Amino acid sequence: MSENFFLDNPDLQLRLEHLDLQEVVDLKERGYSESGIYPTAPRNYADAVDSYRIVLDVLGAVCAERVAPRAAEADEEGAHYESGSVTYAAATRDAIEALRRAELFGAMLSREYGGLNLPESIYQMMVEIVARAESGLMTVYGLQEIASSIEEHGDPETKARVLPRFSRGEVSGAMVLTEADAGSDLGAVATRATLDEATGQWHLNGVKRFITNGVADVSLVLARSEEGSTDARGLSLFVVERDDTVKIRRIENKLGIHASPTCEIQYCDTPAILLGKRRFGLMRYAMNLMNGARLAVAAQALGIAEAAYREADQYSRERVQFGKPIRALPAVGRLLLSMKVELEATRALLAEAGRWVDLWKVCETALGEGGTEADPALRARHKQAQALAETLTPMVKYAATEMGNRVCYQAMQVHGGVGYMRDFNIERLFRDVRVTNIYEGTSQLQVVAAIGKLLNRSLDPLLADWQAAACPADMATERALLCELTGLYDQAVAALKAQPERDRVDYYAVDLVEIAVWIVSGWLVLRDTNLAEHKKPVARAYVASVAPKVRAAAEVVLANNPVPLEAILILLA
Amino acid sequence: MTDSRPIDSVVLVKQVPDTHHITGDAMTRDGTMNRSALPAIFNPEDLNALEMAVQIRERHGGTVSVITMGPPKAANILRESLWRGADRVVLLTDRRFAGADTLATSVVLQKAVEKIGRYDLILAGRQAIDGDTAQVGPQTAEKLGIPQITYAESILEIAGGRITARRALDSGSEIVRCQMPCLLTVVGSANMPRPPSVRRQIAGKLAATPGEYAAIRKQWPEFETDGALEEHLTAHDLRIPVWTADDIGVTADSIGLAGSPTQVHKVNFVILESTESKTIQPTPEAIAAMVAELVHEYIVG
Repeated sequence: MSENFFLDNPDLQLRLEHLDLQEVVDLKERGYSESGIYPTAPRNYADAVDSYRIVLDVLGAVCAERVAPRAAEADEEGAHYESGSVTYAAATRDAIEALRRAELFGAMLSREYGGLNLPESIYQMMVEIVARAESGLMTVYGLQEIASSIEEHGDPETKARVLPRFSRGEVSGAMVLTEADAGSDLGAVATRATLDEATGQWHLNGVKRFITNGVADVSLVLARSEEGSTDARGLSLFVVERDDTVKIRRIENKLGIHASPTCEIQYCDTPAILLGKRRFGLMRYAMNLMNGARLAVAAQALGIAEAAYREADQYSRERVQFGKPIRALPAVGRLLLSMKVELEATRALLAEAGRWVDLWKVCETALGEGGTEADPALRARHKQAQALAETLTPMVKYAATEMGNRVCYQAMQVHGGVGYMRDFNIERLFRDVRVTNIYEGTSQLQVVAAIGKLLNRSLDPLLADWQAAACPADMATERALLCELTGLYDQAVAALKAQPERDRVDYYAVDLVEIAVWIVSGWLVLRDTNLAEHKKPVARAYVASVAPKVRAAAEVVLANNPVPLEAILILLA
Repeated sequence: MTDSRPIDSVVLVKQVPDTHHITGDAMTRDGTMNRSALPAIFNPEDLNALEMAVQIRERHGGTVSVITMGPPKAANILRESLWRGADRVVLLTDRRFAGADTLATSVVLQKAVEKIGRYDLILAGRQAIDGDTAQVGPQTAEKLGIPQITYAESILEIAGGRITARRALDSGSEIVRCQMPCLLTVVGSANMPRPPSVRRQIAGKLAATPGEYAAIRKQWPEFETDGALEEHLTAHDLRIPVWTADDIGVTADSIGLAGSPTQVHKVNFVILESTESKTIQPTPEAIAAMVAELVHEYIVG
C-alpha cells in the first residue's frame, strides 16, 4: 500500500474519531445551511467529520509520498538569497505545487472566499502531518492564521482581493512583527506608519528582522501609527501586498528549518492597508494571531517529534548489539517508552486546547452576529471557552515544544554515534525542532502568558469535571493518584497566589505551569482509556512517570525558597 | 501556435491488483491469483494518461471523460478519476464482459468510445501491471480506425487538428505528428500525476453507480430511499452511469470469454522460497566470490 502519514498514525486517527467537536461544527456550519450553496459544504456533523478525514487522508498521502522523501534535500539546499530575491529550495517549490494541486490551501477560510472552513482542531492535525514530513515547509504552509486574521478583521475590498488567492495557494503569508530591538517586547516596535490625510493612504517605513517566510506575498505588519506614542497602544496592524518598496535585505543562516527563509525586510514608503482599528494592532490582532500561531507551532513540534520517534523506533529494531536488537535493552526501551507516551499525552493536550479555541471562536462569531440580544448561555459559554483557550494555548505551546526537543534528544541517543551524522534523519530533526520553543514566543514567555490564568484558577472547572468523570474500573489506581496530584496543584496555586513578591511568583511560575501540564495531560490520557484499550498502558506509564515530578515541583512551589533570587543578586551581579 | 479549439479526451483506465506490492500469500498453491491478498488499485500508467488529459484540458479547454471496463467495484477508480480532475466517467460492466482477453476488451472499449461520440484524443496507460501486454490501447485504436502514438511521453503541440508528441523508446526518443482524432498510450515517465483534490473529493464523495446505493445509504441514513439518494446525486452530477453490453450494442460472441481467441495453454507456477540468508565477510576475497556468484546466476552483469 502507498504511504500515508495520516493512515499510518492510529493515534491521530483516534483523535479524529473522537473529536468531540459537534457543538463547534454545528455553529461553524450555521446549522449546515450552506450545503445547498457550496458543493463542499457538509449536510450534517457526520458528513463534516468525513470531509475532515478526506482532507487528512489526502494531505497524509501528499506528505508521505512527495514531501518527506525530499526533506533532506530541502534542508541541504535550503532557501537561497541573491541580490534582493529569495528562492525556495526546489523540493520546497515542488511540495507547494503538490499541496496546491491537491487544493489543500485555504484550510480555515470560509467558503465564501474559496476556503475549506475547517476548525482549528483539524488544521492543527494538518500542521502536524506537514511538519512530520518537512518542518521547514510548515512555515510556508502552516501560517494560514494570517489569512484568517484578514478574514476576521479586514475590510470587504481587501478580503475579496486577497483571500481567494490564499485559498488557491497562489500566495503565502507572513507575520511581520519582530525588529532588532523589539523581540519578546513587541511594544517597542519602531517601524513607522504614516497616514496621508489627503488620500487616506498609509505608508510604512522601517526594518523588520527574523521574519519567518518574509518573502510572502501578503504580510501583516505591526507598525507605530500613533506619532509620539512609545508603547503597545500606539501600534496598529497593516496588510502589505509585496511590491518593489519591500526590500528583502538578507536571509539568516540558521541551525535548522533551512527550507524556511528567515528574512530581514526594509519597508521604504510601502503602501499599506490598516487592518481593523488603529491602536488595536498588538493588543488585540497580533495577540490573536500569535495565539493561533502558537498552536500551530505546538503542532509543528509534535510532528517533528513523531518523525523522530519513528526514526528511533525503526533504528532500534535494526541495530543489533550484544546479540539482540537494541530495543530489547531496558535502557533503550526506557527512552522509547518515554517518547511514545509523551507524544500521545501531548497530542491529547493539543486536541483539548484546539477544542476550546474552536469553541471560543465560534461563540465569538455567533455573539457578533447576535448583537446585544445574544443568549446569556452563549455569553457564558464564550467566557468559559475564552478563559480555557487562553490558558491551554500557552500551556501546550510550552509543553509540546519542550517535549519535541526532549524526544529528538532521546531519539538521537537511541541512534548513538550515527545519529550525530548528517546521513541520518534524526540529525536534521534535532536541529529543526530547536526553534519551536523559541519562535512565536519562547517557552519562558509562554509561562508568563499562562501563569496569570492559572492563578485565576481558570483550569478549576475542567479539573472538577474530570475528577467527577467515570473511568474504567482497572484504572482506579491512576485516577486516585491524579486526584491526589490535583490536590497538590491546588495547594501550589494557593501558595503562589498568596506570595506578595512579584519576582518570587515569576521565578516559580514555571514549576506551576509544569504541574498544570502534567495533571491536565494525565487526566486527558486517563479519559482516553474510555475510548481504547491500548490507551491503558499509555495512561499508566504517563501517570506513573509524572507523579513524582508533580510532587517534587509542588514541594518547590510550596517552599517558595528565596535563596535562588538572592543568589542571582550575588552571583550574577 | 496552439489551437484555440477545445480538446475532448477520453481516457481508458483499468483497476488492477497491486502487483508492485506482492506479499507471500499473493498466489494460491494452484497458481491462480489470490485477489483478496492484493489491494485493487488504479493502474499506475493510466494515472499518467489521466494527468496528461487533465493538463491538455487546462491548456486548451474541452472535457475529460474516463471509462473503464471491469467489475462493479471498478467504480472506485472512476470516483478517483473524478477527484483527480475528470469531468465525467462511465463504468462498463456486465457479466458477459468477464473473461475478456485484449481483443474482446478492445471491442467493448471501441463501442463505448463510439457511444460517447465526439472526441479528439483517446489516452490510455502504456500497459497494465497485471497483464503487461500493452495491447489494449493499440487494438482499440485499430478497431476505431484511428492512428495511434504509443509510448507517448510528452505533448509538444496541439495545433491545426494535429498533435505532436514525443515517444520514449528504449534507444532514445522520437517526435511524431499525427492527425486527430488519435489514440495515445502514455508511459510512466510522462508526468507526476496530481494527487486527488480535497475539494473535488469532498464534493464528489458520494459519486456512485446505482449498484452502490445500498452501501451509501447504510453509511448515510439521511437518504431514506434510493429515490432520495438518486435525486441528490443527479442534482449534484454525481451519478456514475453504467453501460452494459446492450447499451453499447455489442454482440455476445465478440465479448468476454466467447470473444477471446486467446487460450491459456499452461500456467507454470514457480514458488520462490528463500529460507536462508548468507553472511558475507567483509574481506576482498569474500566479496569477489559473491560478485562471481551473482554474475554466474545472472543476477548482475
